[in-house]
Amino acid sequence: MVRFLVIRLLQSVVALVGIAVLVFAMVRISGDPAMMLATATSTAEDIQRIRVNLGLDKSIPEQFWIFVQDVVQGDLGESLFKKKPVTGMIGAALPNSIRLILPSWVIAMLGALLLGVLGATRRDTFLDNGVKFIAILGQALPGFWVAIVAVFIFSVTWQLLPTSGLGGIDHYVLPVATLSFFLLPGMMRLVRSSMLDVLDSEYIKLARIKGLPERTIIWKHALRNALIAPLTVAGMLFAMIITGAVVIETVFSWPGIGFILVEGVMARDFPLVQAIILLVAVVVLGINLLVDISYAYIDPQIRYQKT
Amino acid sequence: MQEKDSDTEITAEPVVGGLSRRARIMKNLTFIIPATILSLMVLVAIFADLAWLGLPDVRLAPYDPVKISLPDRLMPPFWAEEGSTDHLLGTDKMGRDTLSRLIFGARISLSVSLLVILITSSIGTMLGIIAGYLGGRTEAFLMRITDTSMAFPPILVAMLLVVSMDPSFFTVVLAVSLLGWAPYARLIRGETLRLREADFVAQARIIGTPPLRIMLRHIFPNIINPLIIIMTLQIGLLIIVEATLSFLGVGIPPPAPSWGNMVNDGRNLIDIAWWISTFPGIAIGLVVLSGNFLGDWLRDKMDPRLRQL
Repeated sequence: MVRFLVIRLLQSVVALVGIAVLVFAMVRISGDPAMMLATATSTAEDIQRIRVNLGLDKSIPEQFWIFVQDVVQGDLGESLFKKKPVTGMIGAALPNSIRLILPSWVIAMLGALLLGVLGATRRDTFLDNGVKFIAILGQALPGFWVAIVAVFIFSVTWQLLPTSGLGGIDHYVLPVATLSFFLLPGMMRLVRSSMLDVLDSEYIKLARIKGLPERTIIWKHALRNALIAPLTVAGMLFAMIITGAVVIETVFSWPGIGFILVEGVMARDFPLVQAIILLVAVVVLGINLLVDISYAYIDPQIRYQKT
Repeated sequence: MQEKDSDTEITAEPVVGGLSRRARIMKNLTFIIPATILSLMVLVAIFADLAWLGLPDVRLAPYDPVKISLPDRLMPPFWAEEGSTDHLLGTDKMGRDTLSRLIFGARISLSVSLLVILITSSIGTMLGIIAGYLGGRTEAFLMRITDTSMAFPPILVAMLLVVSMDPSFFTVVLAVSLLGWAPYARLIRGETLRLREADFVAQARIIGTPPLRIMLRHIFPNIINPLIIIMTLQIGLLIIVEATLSFLGVGIPPPAPSWGNMVNDGRNLIDIAWWISTFPGIAIGLVVLSGNFLGDWLRDKMDPRLRQL
């Protein structure tokens, strides 16, 4: 197990270095970030000064080394646009994102469990079809559009809820509702199909033969096992959450990570964008690592084979 | 046509527990309706204008999609009180015709999706077959990259690209393709693993067929069904990704119409001009629904094992 952990951890570090190189290279594809900061009135000296300030006058390998050193020390640079340290900006925005994501995720998760199990156990009934309909609709309509239409109906027409920004509990209703609706279908589909697989298995038949009440079979025996399969897609789920948060925060001007990211992109603020993307990469790798470790913990075969 | 054959087959035999007549009609409708919608959209996209034939003046769209006409700004659709049949679906804040923009938007959105599907399916299939057939360290390595790619939101890659380059058709295709091959690689690897153990592959190996030839001639033809299914299911996903990128300002740059940036155009005018954002949203929904239904239908028809897709 220790050997597996060490190797797996090393793999993650290698992957992280790979991603850092990619991020570093992609930001510099265009050649010269200094030109983007230059305005029409900038002279050649101004541009040269920007270049020196950003360290762009050094060679590419040198720049990369400085970049790595800074990142390791937790210094992700300074925002070009706001002239503030990027880490501080992220630190300020992160709690807002979490305040939005956490309740949405919990609601979507509970909804997905309930509807997914009901859909799987009452196949082809009115309820199952209704559940499928919600899933299909939720996957077909783009999240940003649903959010805008919701604002139009509830904030503009009926004037029940605020259109945007932080504030009291009423400010949470629309963003949380739309983000949950965005996350729900994918999760529900997973629960439903993995429940269907489990319900086919031998031990469920055995439980039925033993005469256990159907409720115990479904909610205790089947659901527990059905929940293991979606563990593999924890990474995909995370990608969905990030996408959803970026979109919903933008529509509702919710000052979280997604919102400052979009702002940063519009202002061509590459240190900020680069930092947020590295942060997401670290979390993605961390999630993959945790999933693998928990699998190795559950299933000894993986420990020995996958090195 | 093929449809008919299988139907008569089913009725010819005494089927126990088979689908009822009504259920069969419903099943066929889930093919006919989405296939019709998608074909119409493709036709509309192709014939939006005939500039590609050297006839820029012949077009299906009533107006030039980027032509600004301020006197006509913010006209509602024709059925509204102040609407007119000159602009069936109204105009935006610069007086551009919504219907024409929708039609040209179909061309942009569909061509992004198709191009990305071609690129990613080729890369993903290749990597999937290699990983599945060779196994060992190659497989472990490729699958590690695949898992990481699947967990990384394409929106972030697009943002990274757009920070350094200006947004364009090219950056959108590149950004989505960079990670988009992962689902293909994962599925095709699974299929290859299954086929690797099949008798005909083992026999080919025994008579000394080189690995590359086995992969191309023996494995590839047998993974075409799942490949077509996943390609179809990707249409909807990619339309949404493109629309989301354009909505966030990192996709197709204005003034070119894309369904995503049209929704964005109308976003701040939703209280006075609901139609600008609503119609492109419906168009996206229609195409995505059609793609998903068609993919599901194909899956049930060709490969019911792949329920997880």
